[in-house]
Amino acid sequence: MITIKTLSDENLFTAGHTACPGCGVAMSIRNAIRVLGKDTVVYVPASCAVVFGTTFPYGAWKVPFFHTAFENTGACLTGMQAAFEIKGKHVISAGFAGDGGTYDIGLQSMSGAAERNDDVLYICLDNEAYMNTGIQRSGGTPFGAWTTTTPVGKKIQGNRRFKKNLGDIVTAHEIPYYATLSIGHPLDFIRKVEKAKNIKGFRFLHMFTPCVPGWKIDPAKSVEITKRAVESGMWTLYEFENGKKKITYKPGKMKSVKDYLLMQGRFRHMSEEDIKILQMWVCKKWNLHYKEKGEPDICEIVQPEEHHGITEEHREMHGP
Amino acid sequence: MKKVMMGDHAVAIGAKLSRAEVIPAFPITPQTLIIEHIADLINDGEMNAKFLTMESEHSVMSAAAAASAAGARVFTATSSQGLAFMHEMVYATAPLRLPVVMVNANRTLGGPPGIWCEHNDSMGVRDSGWLQVYVEDNQEALDMVIQGYRIAEDKRVMLPIMPCLDGFVLTHTVEPVDIPEQEDVDSFLPSFSPDIMLDPVKPAMIGTFMPAEYIMELRRQTAGAVESAKHVVMEINDEFAKTFDRNYGGLIDIYRMDDAEIALVTTGTVTSTSRAIVDELRNKGKKVGLVKLRFFRPFPIEELRKALAGISAVGVFDRSISYHGGGPTFMEVRSALYGMNITAVNHLAGIGGRDVTEDQIRKMFEITQKAAKGEKVNTINWHNTRGESV
Repeated sequence: MITIKTLSDENLFTAGHTACPGCGVAMSIRNAIRVLGKDTVVYVPASCAVVFGTTFPYGAWKVPFFHTAFENTGACLTGMQAAFEIKGKHVISAGFAGDGGTYDIGLQSMSGAAERNDDVLYICLDNEAYMNTGIQRSGGTPFGAWTTTTPVGKKIQGNRRFKKNLGDIVTAHEIPYYATLSIGHPLDFIRKVEKAKNIKGFRFLHMFTPCVPGWKIDPAKSVEITKRAVESGMWTLYEFENGKKKITYKPGKMKSVKDYLLMQGRFRHMSEEDIKILQMWVCKKWNLHYKEKGEPDICEIVQPEEHHGITEEHREMHGP
Repeated sequence: MKKVMMGDHAVAIGAKLSRAEVIPAFPITPQTLIIEHIADLINDGEMNAKFLTMESEHSVMSAAAAASAAGARVFTATSSQGLAFMHEMVYATAPLRLPVVMVNANRTLGGPPGIWCEHNDSMGVRDSGWLQVYVEDNQEALDMVIQGYRIAEDKRVMLPIMPCLDGFVLTHTVEPVDIPEQEDVDSFLPSFSPDIMLDPVKPAMIGTFMPAEYIMELRRQTAGAVESAKHVVMEINDEFAKTFDRNYGGLIDIYRMDDAEIALVTTGTVTSTSRAIVDELRNKGKKVGLVKLRFFRPFPIEELRKALAGISAVGVFDRSISYHGGGPTFMEVRSALYGMNITAVNHLAGIGGRDVTEDQIRKMFEITQKAAKGEKVNTINWHNTRGESV
């Protein structure tokens, strides 16, 4: 088992790349590839990672790298892995796609690879919007968040839909391994990457990756923010294996979402009412998806006053 | 060994004989029989390849590009909407210098939807950097898969190639085909060994982000590779002819052009019918000839100028339409003949899969003859079409 002590010091994603300070994507890539090692070939679809890591004539990758388009991470992994298999090469085919490239435009291609259970490692770097094009809403954007396509207007403030439940979509493919990770939880992070490295079939690692300009946060706080996301239930660390979901970190008592929201400019405009709606969504999500039978409530559901029409939608989604 | 088979089967056998290693596939009429037959060959243990049942054509070309970048010989096939759907990836493959062979069974590109033969689909990617060859019969379809790999994988070229065969007219029509021996194909076509590939032993980055300071040189290199494919096509055509005793002429194939006064330029299966009409007209003493345009990319400018030198008018057949007026073959041929004092007229026929009959081809020669005599004719002629038809 790899630990922090035994983790390779060799950076296969080197310093000198041009990601923003505090970039969750760069941190996740660097640490993941340290665990995966040299015998890895990576595919990166259109994203910040292509720009900050591969702008010709410079390149930060010390392992083979491939890029062609935006929506095809699953298919490219399938293709390269087929080539390695027929050539008898033992290589890990790993894709590093963003949330837009996975939740939205790349969902079909990912689903194809997952459904075929191709022997590839799919990594989704989830920073909850299209950051490379300048912060547009994706299916991974949380309720209330400001983006340039969900602006804070006089009539409508921020994103009015809830974050898509990608984990359930992915695990519905009955794949061998799915896990959620965060850069704020390095031991858990390393363990899950190593586990995914050694499992055969379609593995999916879902990494929560703060974006400094997109979330309007202090670059020094991106790791702390991921911890608060987990403590407030806005991000849950779990793994799905052999058809079973297992929480790998359970907060003692769930912190208020406010605790998480207040550190980020993208939520700063949110009304008390919207914060209540988000809080209710978080608690219901926890109770529905992660809470085990007979466990005490750790998340207190606060009923918001009914307007905006959003509570109706919410009922449709999650029941009364 | 001669066997009667449909064009789709001939193509599948071509892929098998070429020892293609990765086959990403998605069904679309009239190509589907190709991938079905390859699946049969693999599942019966007659072909050693990875068959990938992709969920769309976009993913087919994505997987094809990735497998090729990882060093495998890749084969796939598509048609029409499928080719349009993978458009983005078709454009990605050539400048990355990935020598994929993809057969396109030419079919109407909707809307409105149709399944019959039309060249609008492949003409839509003529500027993608892919090489394109239009074949005339099932034998040529099989042979151009094998030759295709030699051309595509040649170090002077390293570009993907698209053999195009007329949907249904060839794909679903039975013809006798001489199947080459595996050992002959093996000695003609060595295994694929690219200099740069995705390999942890010698890491490379393929498809990096390219700023303006560099991309123009890359475009120039790709254009240069298409240009150098001209010599390679000819070399490989001659070598193939020596090995297998079938000579297709390379970039173009000329028929009875000696002393010809007018000529017709054709692509695909219409060539066979046109050849019969040339014979008929020659028997009547008319000095007519035929140029079969095989390669659309690289476009054989010099070869056409040489073949058509001395004639006074040329008729150019098109099975597709560029909506501002003429067909793409016409536009390129007329441009190639610039300054030669040859009147060029366009014959649009068989679009959407309508039959191109002998009578229509006679009419094409008749109009071209009038143009040669200086009589006033339309530049763009829609044959056998309701409305203002010729």
